Amino acid sequence: MNPPPAVTPAGAAAPAATPDSQAAHAARADHHAARRARGPDMGVRAELARAALVAAKDLRIEMRSLDNVPAMFFFALLVLVILSFGFDFSTAKFSDVGAGVLWVAFVFPAVLSFGHAFALERDGECLSGLRLTPADAGTLYLGKLAANIVFMLAMEAAILPLSAVLFGYDLAPVLAPLAFVIAVHSVGFCAVGTLFGAMTARTRRGDVLLPILLFSVSVPLMLAAVRTTSAVLNGGGLWDGLTKTWLVMTCLFDLVFTTAAWLSFQYLLEE
Amino acid sequence: MTPAESGPADPDTVAAARSLTRRFGHHVALDAVDLDVRAGEFLTIFGPNGAGKTTLLRTLATLLRPTSGSISLFGIDPRREPEWIRSRLGLIAHSGLLYGGMSARDNLIFYGRMYSVPDPAGRAARLLTAVGLQDRTADLVRTYSRGMLQRLGIARALMHEPELVLLDEPYTGLDQHAARMLRGLLGTLSGEGRTVIMVTHQLEEGLEISSRLMIMARGRIEHDAPAAGMTRASLERLYHDVVDGAAA
Repeated sequence: MNPPPAVTPAGAAAPAATPDSQAAHAARADHHAARRARGPDMGVRAELARAALVAAKDLRIEMRSLDNVPAMFFFALLVLVILSFGFDFSTAKFSDVGAGVLWVAFVFPAVLSFGHAFALERDGECLSGLRLTPADAGTLYLGKLAANIVFMLAMEAAILPLSAVLFGYDLAPVLAPLAFVIAVHSVGFCAVGTLFGAMTARTRRGDVLLPILLFSVSVPLMLAAVRTTSAVLNGGGLWDGLTKTWLVMTCLFDLVFTTAAWLSFQYLLEE
Repeated sequence: MTPAESGPADPDTVAAARSLTRRFGHHVALDAVDLDVRAGEFLTIFGPNGAGKTTLLRTLATLLRPTSGSISLFGIDPRREPEWIRSRLGLIAHSGLLYGGMSARDNLIFYGRMYSVPDPAGRAARLLTAVGLQDRTADLVRTYSRGMLQRLGIARALMHEPELVLLDEPYTGLDQHAARMLRGLLGTLSGEGRTVIMVTHQLEEGLEISSRLMIMARGRIEHDAPAAGMTRASLERLYHDVVDGAAA
């Protein structure tokens, strides 16, 4: 059998094999110093690029497998259909109950996605592979968060028009403010879900723990989501009275939770 | 201050551990392990199941935090400069640390980019050829056999040209052809002057290529000696003496 090709590219300086001579010793010291001076790319831009790589990797796997988003979509659709049987819209207006209906349809399927995001990393011990890269733990969190946001927004974008058809309300006049409200609250929900998805991925009965933890912590966010969505469905403006307060609170929630999760993620990954 | 805490004093010492202890609940997986591995060494650590070999390797790989004691890699405490340390070590684990839903080539390019490897596509192509997977580069990793996964895992671990290569039971599940290819690859790594630490419970592997042998049992290093002059039979005798003695 032929010997395998060298794994070091031609021209790369490898440390000397025999450490005995002083020259070899000095050469190795220089080699380490040179590599250390070069170091991995660790600036903010490099970290953001790595976060984008992690997100792109998740999106690429999803586009190939279609394991996640179609399941979320059909789950959300089923929730909408079941809820459409539960309300008598001959007497009730959709704008009165629609906010609750929409958010129930959005958040329950999203839990599937948060669990799936880290199941992907658990298979083949890929999370260890990621942890071995020079990426900061917070960077890995941001990458997984970005992918979860894309998945959730994709599901919501597909479900929203269907909800209009199913419940017979006029989506066009409220589409822009409604999309904004949904996006802002979805970011917060994904920030919490990504964190707890990682936390529960390596625990026994993590699939049970995840929704319990997630919905407990997300109560204020869900309250804000339902209130602002309801206001928008009833024709209110985004910056009117209480709606503005809820939105500001949501933005703060998003910011604080994302920052806290980003900072604490390394402790979650440590074994 | 222990040598492991004292900073980059000796550029020849690539990995050092002092009183390294790791507990899982009440179970002591590593019991005050002291270790020094010099640059260019090929160290093989033998030991029975549960001896603490994998725990030692994962601790050196910065994946596990020691309960007490210290480690230094390239003369530096990994907690101080984890990114720099991780960019210089490669781990070949039981599982390949690979995404089944991506092709072999995409897996390598992804990891290459994470390590900021220049021309990751070219590097991936060279490594896939080196591990004999050049005809399956576009196939999803989930379609790979155990032996192919192991070879791809080796390619992944070498994408960023690590100076320290850690191998955890690399021969497990390999057929004869794949095992022969792995032996060739390890010989190449050793010839390139990389520092290699391999743990295995298979005595027949590693003896020829190693420059140093250790035997672990019950979380402790019970024997540490150069490999030169050791034969298969003498290693086997020594191994059983050490392991049985530790169990007694």
